[in-house]
Amino acid sequence: MIDRRLVQNFDWGLIGITLAISLLGIMTLFSAVTAGKSVPDEAIYLKQIVWYCVGFTAMTCSFLFNYKALDRWAIAIYCLAVLLLLLVPFLGKYAGGSKRWLMVGPVSFQPSEFAKLAVIIILARYYSRAASSKGLSFRDLFAPFLLSIAPFIFIVLQPDLGTAMMIFLTAASISLFVKIERRTFIYLMSGGAVTIPLVWFFLKDYQKQRILTFLNPDHDPLGAGYHIIQSKIAIGSGMISGKGFLKGTQSALSFLPEQHTDFIFSVFAEEWGFIGSLVLLLLFLMLVVWGFKITYGCRDTFGTILSFGITAMLSWEVFVNIGMAMGLMPVVGVTLPFISYGGSSIVVTMISIGILLNISMRRFLFE
Amino acid sequence: MSKFIRTTDSEWFRLRLSVVMTLVTAAFVVIFLRMFYLQILEGKEFRRLSENNCIRLQTILPQRGFVFDRNGALLVDNRPSFNLSIIPDDAKPVEPVIDILSRYLNVPAEELMAKVRNIKGASSFRPVLLKQDIGRDALALIEAHKYELPGISVDVQPRRYYLHRHSAAHLIGYLSEINSSELKGGKYTEYKSGDFIGKFGIEREFEKYLKGKRGGRQVEVNAAGQVVRVLENINSEPGNNIYLTIDQRLQRKAEELLKDKAGAVIAMEPSSGQILAMASSPAFDPNEFVCGLTHDEWNDLISQPNRPMENKAIKGEYPPASTYKIVTALAALEEKVIDINTSFYCPGYLKHGNRVFMCWKKGGHGSVNVVRALAESCDVFFYNVGQRLDIDKLAWYAKGCGLGAPTGIGLEQESEGLIPSSIWKKKRFGQPWSSGETLSAVIGQGYNLATPVQMLVLTSAIANGGKRVKPYVMKRIETPGGQNIINGETEIVGNLPVSQNTLNIVKKGLWEVVNKDYGTARIARPGEGIEISGKTGTAQIVGRKKNETGYERKLPDHFKPHAWFVSYAPSSDPKIAISVIIEHGEHGSSAAGPIARELVKCYLNPEAVVDDNNPDTKVVSDAFYDEY
Repeated sequence: MIDRRLVQNFDWGLIGITLAISLLGIMTLFSAVTAGKSVPDEAIYLKQIVWYCVGFTAMTCSFLFNYKALDRWAIAIYCLAVLLLLLVPFLGKYAGGSKRWLMVGPVSFQPSEFAKLAVIIILARYYSRAASSKGLSFRDLFAPFLLSIAPFIFIVLQPDLGTAMMIFLTAASISLFVKIERRTFIYLMSGGAVTIPLVWFFLKDYQKQRILTFLNPDHDPLGAGYHIIQSKIAIGSGMISGKGFLKGTQSALSFLPEQHTDFIFSVFAEEWGFIGSLVLLLLFLMLVVWGFKITYGCRDTFGTILSFGITAMLSWEVFVNIGMAMGLMPVVGVTLPFISYGGSSIVVTMISIGILLNISMRRFLFE
Repeated sequence: MSKFIRTTDSEWFRLRLSVVMTLVTAAFVVIFLRMFYLQILEGKEFRRLSENNCIRLQTILPQRGFVFDRNGALLVDNRPSFNLSIIPDDAKPVEPVIDILSRYLNVPAEELMAKVRNIKGASSFRPVLLKQDIGRDALALIEAHKYELPGISVDVQPRRYYLHRHSAAHLIGYLSEINSSELKGGKYTEYKSGDFIGKFGIEREFEKYLKGKRGGRQVEVNAAGQVVRVLENINSEPGNNIYLTIDQRLQRKAEELLKDKAGAVIAMEPSSGQILAMASSPAFDPNEFVCGLTHDEWNDLISQPNRPMENKAIKGEYPPASTYKIVTALAALEEKVIDINTSFYCPGYLKHGNRVFMCWKKGGHGSVNVVRALAESCDVFFYNVGQRLDIDKLAWYAKGCGLGAPTGIGLEQESEGLIPSSIWKKKRFGQPWSSGETLSAVIGQGYNLATPVQMLVLTSAIANGGKRVKPYVMKRIETPGGQNIINGETEIVGNLPVSQNTLNIVKKGLWEVVNKDYGTARIARPGEGIEISGKTGTAQIVGRKKNETGYERKLPDHFKPHAWFVSYAPSSDPKIAISVIIEHGEHGSSAAGPIARELVKCYLNPEAVVDDNNPDTKVVSDAFYDEY
């Protein structure tokens, strides 16, 4: 029993942007795993296509029900996400120096990706009740702090600093958007500014070293510094029009580390040049603007905060990932939405888009 | 949920959203500008760099920390080593280059080619190590013919150099290439394959202080693989320097005295626990490990019967034999089984049940008290004690003296030794303790086992008035800049469970061992106004038979007893305690005693100089054997 107004109000624009970026993503991934390889890693590419299909299905499911139900389900969703994170240290799959994946039959997924969304939903529920034009006080911030810090810590311990940072940035953005009391805000800022150097000062040398290594796992000069230079060479060498599809030499010679995940933007920029990158960047900008437009048009607090949180998460991912590839930020593992390889990332991003569509098409519905 | 909370409405959120939009747009502009800079302004330069594939990585290995003795004499250094690598991509075609190299290096071309082919999977622009540590002659040849050898590079790396080769090899240990299981183990996460790590001794225990920090360099090379420009350079940081507690001169003296024997000498300052010398013979040359041992060489080292790879000073477990009488005497006096005046008559044997226990001296010692019994090492006196002392009491005192447990010297592979008790025997063999076994135990035979370092700690405790100090080998660690970061500290683990009076009686006995004409170690008197106190021991490997004292028997070498001598000097104000074990040395007095004597002389009379220039010539004569 679908309301006609829902179909009329369906957000074809958002779907269009999503499809366009996804298409570029599939192409780039194809290039990253095949160009210059004697044995192309087609499995990665085919798996990703399967994930896109799963993702679009999940997206569809995410706009069929009324998003206001999420307000009721928020606690259950959050608890499930934390439970899954808790299972990771025990049942998780160890790969590449960290434990991030849970296996369900032959499929592995990252509970940390789902946790991002769960935190946004629970914060939307909490703030939709607590928000006031006066702003949030310390006491108001206590619960959201606990709700965000728990998954944050589990994810840091995996260790997956990139995803943990995304949760922190998204939660902080939502809180600021909802408004924090001026006094509280000043206290928080100055508190942070004082505590961090103080803690640092009291740490032993080897502990500092450990933290540095942790923040930047390849603080070896041949590691991170190398990746950044290679990534910059890849992006820069694309020049105006790029080297052409499948013609990227940096990626072909495996100069780029993690070229199908963290550094996939470099592969794209090398082959499509400034023009291509600009198109991709504009598509992302459109996506973000579209997301905020949905926030703008939404008429209830829960939906407003939810759509804002999702859009904020997507924008942070775009900034941090592209910023890192261009040497504007330290190297942390953050995926580029729709483009980086990774099933959980794709599915969660698609569900996010689904929820945005959901909020968008129900903006004129009143109960 | 459908209506807004009173104080916030959608207009209010819209206002805040416009601020957010401004920030997001600003961020996109920053990214856009950066992209413009990289792709348009610098694009040409980056395109050039990418087309030549001309970025190469070079590791700058750090200088590993030096190792010095307590007086600052250098023991372990680093020397430059020249490693030859090829970058296959720069050397096209590879075969002729390899052919020329094989002539210069005297290595079959096939062997070098195999290394190049071996890299399957890795990119062909990564350097492949062809030969480590090429000599200076080969280096000169290659440098002179560099232009016929594209893609070939020689890099200088510091390589560990143990100045005195075998000297203190077990203490210092060695460095060798990290193996794949260590790389996977998770303990060495900062290391890469090809790195060297400390695998033994100090090199292993203090790895994290010694290793320093790797540096790196990104360079641009031309088509022949020669460096045109350094893009980024991060210097390596040298490791910290370690000062050991050992005295190089004493250490060398100990090693000379151990030459051609199997055994160990370990000496320490009784008051502080600082190890002054730790020698185990035979030793190995750690330099060989740095250069890489072949499988056969390694097998040869570990299969030799006299165990060159074992640090006998801390790992070797021997029956403590008569040196254990110190413990028995302490326990008997403290338990009031005997006092200073208690005498037993020694006819040369003691009947216990239906067994006869022999004294080492055929004719017997006559009537002796505890002091005299220690001095002459009379077995029968202690058999008598054994008949009156419970084995578990004795074990309690032995453990109180630090036996049966590691001393905590802080080196890998320290053994525990063994102090038997009735419970232990029940557990181990399922049988009750028999009283005859106590008679073996009181003279340190039977199940008893002790390491030289355990006996050293015990002797030191007697010497310093009853304090059990923890032995240690690291005096201090300092940064390359000379700033102290860690100091080795004296740690008192406990006290001997005895009164000063008891201690003094035993001390008197130990003094008489050397300084009375009836003492078993009169041979160990250094003269020169120095007095030594000590105790000999002769650890039986095969049981003494009834009508023989074992001494006169001619035994094949590997059945000969081990010789012990534990001692401290000067007797009145001990500055050094020494524990000596000579495997199959037969007599504690004749084989081990003189070694302690010479070391005491060397340590207390610094004028006696060891010839430093000839590490491998035998400096000391066999003169001390002549006294027999």
